[in-house]
Amino acid sequence: MRMLTALLAVAVGATIISGMVTVYRDVPEQLGREFRAYGANLLLLPSNDSSTFNAENLDKVPELIKNYELVGIAPFLYERLEINKQYILTGGTDFEQLQKVSPYWQIKGNYPKKGEREILVGSNLAQILSPYETEEIIGKKIGISAGEGTAIRQYTVTGIISTGGKEEDFAFMYLDDLQQIANKPNAVSLARLSVVADAVALKAVEDSIKDNIPEIMPQPVQQIAISEFNVLGKLQVLVLLVTIIVMALTLICVSTTMMAVVTERRKEIGLHKALGASNKNIVYEFLGEGCLLGAVGGLIGSGLGYLFAEFVSVQVFGRSITFSVSVAILSILLSLVITGIASLIPVKIAINVDPAIVLRGE
Amino acid sequence: MALLELKDVSMIYNGKVKALENINLTVSKGEWLAIMGPSGSGKTTLMNIIGCMDHATSGEINLDGISLMDVNNEELTSVRRDKIGMVFQQFHLVPYLTALENVMVAQYYHSIPDADEALAALKRVGLEDRASHLPSQLSGGEQQRVCIARALINYPVLILADEPTGNLDEANQNLVMKIFHQLHDEGHTIITVTHSPDVGKEAEHCVVIEHGHIKNAEVS
Ligand SMILES: Nc1ncnc2c1ncn2[C@@H]1O[C@H](COP(=O)(O)OP(=O)(O)O)[C@@H](O)[C@H]1O
Ligand SMILES: [Mg+2]
Repeated sequence: MRMLTALLAVAVGATIISGMVTVYRDVPEQLGREFRAYGANLLLLPSNDSSTFNAENLDKVPELIKNYELVGIAPFLYERLEINKQYILTGGTDFEQLQKVSPYWQIKGNYPKKGEREILVGSNLAQILSPYETEEIIGKKIGISAGEGTAIRQYTVTGIISTGGKEEDFAFMYLDDLQQIANKPNAVSLARLSVVADAVALKAVEDSIKDNIPEIMPQPVQQIAISEFNVLGKLQVLVLLVTIIVMALTLICVSTTMMAVVTERRKEIGLHKALGASNKNIVYEFLGEGCLLGAVGGLIGSGLGYLFAEFVSVQVFGRSITFSVSVAILSILLSLVITGIASLIPVKIAINVDPAIVLRGE
Repeated sequence: MALLELKDVSMIYNGKVKALENINLTVSKGEWLAIMGPSGSGKTTLMNIIGCMDHATSGEINLDGISLMDVNNEELTSVRRDKIGMVFQQFHLVPYLTALENVMVAQYYHSIPDADEALAALKRVGLEDRASHLPSQLSGGEQQRVCIARALINYPVLILADEPTGNLDEANQNLVMKIFHQLHDEGHTIITVTHSPDVGKEAEHCVVIEHGHIKNAEVS
């Protein structure tokens, strides 16, 4: 019964340790992914004096950084277009990629469909175009041209975007359309790139692009990388502290429980000694019991710890984690070491039991 | 030939309690000796010393050619394991082990557990059909017979029994005494401790101990 308590203590300890280690191992990656949700971490700009670069350069990027998880890469071309007789800065992009690198963009309505002459307008622009009932602009057609004397094409507004930034003054359409209207085939003003990487990896990505694509000048969006780094450092210390405290508590709990067991079984230990058990026998028996406790507790704990980490990961990051054999082995080994140390004092007490107590009455 | 010889053996607990004083005692091979005396006279203390559970304070003790005063605790344990079989008033069976397993515990520390041999030992005390019973499923007399089987299992040169019938009714007491007679007839050397004259007189010889001294040695 007491052994069950000790087993529980070891199992809980191992659960927390393996859970913490698993979460800790996975969190940098998870957190990196979370940060990616707040936007691109690398801007790709033209390196020479020109204001655009050739979009074909972007095709080389995924292959260049194939060792890292690429979230998305969205090209942008910015041009002034005449919309309903006003000059409006218009962005051409790839809306699928845009949603990956800028998931925080809020849209009312839908993104344009490729090849359908559809357009998005910023919320400020929508107000200008439809001052009384802003949302009525959705579904309306607007006339677009590259300027005085060029052909006017009719585009359907499919949605209104809010970003909290200057994009709210702009309109957005598919890159191909804008390149065609502006007569700038293959031209790109910049690209936003989002990759799962810490500060060091991001620097490697940056260097790799700079070295291999001379036309592109990568520029990190620095704030995010640095804060990511800080959070991870603090997290590491926290996990270490909690792990040490949990290990100490487990040690104390197991040790006191085993001491109680030894005291309770004084008579039996005395009997075993009277029957010829040497101190070595007694040490092996209790250490063996301790190690069994550690192994079983560690095994249960590493299983529960995985479930715990999985639960945390799914709840916090909405993402499942992979079971790590090395974490399981680590937590079992730690449990063994803890119960081994915790057994020392109880074993010492057991050794000191006098076999003569067996002959003395109760 | 003397199997056990005590010369001027004294036991003083904590430097002041004189439990035994100048005990002289000789037990020959095959002898059955009863040690009698009132409660607190030092019988158990003497059993602990003879049974290699404790070192005497002073004197000389020789058991089967080994001087017990000259060995350390570890060696004392191995002498106890190899030469002594002990029967206790409170039986001291491990409650969660069957009768057979209780006998095998002693084998385990001595050599290797052997179920057949353990079963044969139970047969000697008439309990072969109780082998798989737990102590709680056995009567007091049966428990004591398991205890005797356990004491016999490693072929000890000396069987020690401290108040072996102290917790038994008369019927069971007679059954246990019959086993001791049987063992005596087979040539075992036995020392029984008792405060009961009825039990004492069953033995071959009897000594009375009082206040840590041997009062008289009488041959019955
Ligand atoms: N471990 C001990 N420490 C101190 N005194 C003890 C101890 N064991 C026995 N005694 C004392 O030694 C005396 C003899 O005790 P014991 O050998 O148990 O007598 P008996 O078995 O004849 O009743 C008693 O006075 C008892 O109080
Ligand atoms: Mg006594």
